[in-house]
Amino acid sequence: MSEIASHHAHGISLQRINAMVLRYWYLLMSSWPRLLELIYWPALQIITWGFLQNYISQASGFFARAGGTLIGAVILWDILFRGQLGFSISFLEEMWARNLGNLMMSPLKPIEFLLSLMIMSLIRLAIGVIPMTLLALFFFGFNFYAIGLPLIAFFCNLIFTSWSVGVFASGLVLRNGLGAESIVWTLMFAVMPLACIYYPVEVLPAWLQIVAWTLPPTYVFEGMRSLLIDHVFRPDLMAWALAINAILFAASFAIFLALLQSAKRNGSLLNSGE
Amino acid sequence: MRLLSQWLNDDHMQQRGTGQAQAPNQPPVADQDGSAAIEVVDLVKLYKTTHAVDDISFRIARGSITGLLGGNGAGKTTTIAMIMGLVLPTSGRVSVLGAKIPEQRYDVLGRMNFESPYVDMPMRLTVRQNLTIFGRLYAVKQLRERIDQLATDLDLKEFLDRSNGKLSAGQKTRVALAKALINEPDLLLLDEPTASLDPDTADWVRQHLETYRKTHNATILLASHNMLEVERLCDRVIIMKRGKIQDDDSPERIMARYNRDTLEEVFLDVARGRLREGTS
Repeated sequence: MSEIASHHAHGISLQRINAMVLRYWYLLMSSWPRLLELIYWPALQIITWGFLQNYISQASGFFARAGGTLIGAVILWDILFRGQLGFSISFLEEMWARNLGNLMMSPLKPIEFLLSLMIMSLIRLAIGVIPMTLLALFFFGFNFYAIGLPLIAFFCNLIFTSWSVGVFASGLVLRNGLGAESIVWTLMFAVMPLACIYYPVEVLPAWLQIVAWTLPPTYVFEGMRSLLIDHVFRPDLMAWALAINAILFAASFAIFLALLQSAKRNGSLLNSGE
Repeated sequence: MRLLSQWLNDDHMQQRGTGQAQAPNQPPVADQDGSAAIEVVDLVKLYKTTHAVDDISFRIARGSITGLLGGNGAGKTTTIAMIMGLVLPTSGRVSVLGAKIPEQRYDVLGRMNFESPYVDMPMRLTVRQNLTIFGRLYAVKQLRERIDQLATDLDLKEFLDRSNGKLSAGQKTRVALAKALINEPDLLLLDEPTASLDPDTADWVRQHLETYRKTHNATILLASHNMLEVERLCDRVIIMKRGKIQDDDSPERIMARYNRDTLEEVFLDVARGRLREGTS
């Protein structure tokens, strides 16, 4: 028996997670268009919405009072959206590279694979969102970090939701091949109108409000408005969001594993094309 | 705790997925006498109504090189994929290095490796980066030295720091082979290891595989269309057609049975439905 490699099969291996993060890091550093894209869209978004906020705050007394609500919402939405993209794009890189078979045949476990995608989502998010917040400060005088400790609660809830959606979308691509790739790019937009990013939940019809309150981001955006407009932090909203996130997170993992099994039954792991 | 163990490992569903194939009253397939590296029993893979693999059984001895021979759609790749646990069987049992597949695959994945034309190494990463990542995934000790050794053995030194996407087909195959050998596997599964290579590089790869088997007492199972390759490398040949095993013996005995001088002639006999000597 070969002695060159250790064969510990049990538990989660930090070394394997580290190897996968290193793989995505090498990829990111080898491609300036990939890096630029991470910064480009968030920067464009904040500048466009920032000027809109400036314009309507001149015209509306409410928006003048609720300074930064739009910009804050744009940044939080980007954390949600780019968090999911950061997760899913790293996953898609394996499909595009036809490397999934190599990984699935290695000792890398599904949970380790998913954890490495989560870490990469944080790294990609930092590269995109930190410059975005600096632009908001520089151009519009909006200090995102002045939100303080509640920002941690907002961020954690949004990132958990983004990972749940990312895990689910990746499972669908794993099972159905790259033909399902558009799901990765569009799924989060289905959440957008219901999560009430730019408007309060009361704007929705009563029956739709019930649906909206099943989504953790709705609590975060309501919480943000409460903080920026009324200067009140609502821990109850964050607790609800966290509880729903826990359910979504567990469900997305279970679905991913079920789709992985289905891909193995279907024989699609070795032919992960269209 | 059960949920936690499910997250740690996807084997729970694999057990369920092949549940119908379990035969609890039979003795374990584990390699108790130390001879079989792979044991396949009554293996079936059905895709809707197509039998990709149709009730095949075989045992492969440790330290041997076995060739899976057959035309397109014969079931070679599906068989190898089931041995690796990447495809779940419809029924039947697979055991690798004493572990039930897919239930216990994580117990032996570190001692196996594979190469296939159906997968690639990431193109933008350099050869060294790719080998570093796979070395870490396989928990290879003294990885830097191992990569240097492979670079020497497989003649990779001149392009070790070049992107995988900028390599020629022959260079890529050598890199894929380096990845397949990074953990010094006891069992190597190869699907068309010399496909699209020029004769010189193909011969070089075969030579290396032969040396590796001898020096490491490794078991190699390879699927191939290349009859000369199989004839030269393999102690044993399993010929498949439409998911079934048509013949299983040493290349010499198979050629004698069909009264042919080469495996290629035997292959054509099997492919075209001509019967072997002594059968009716």
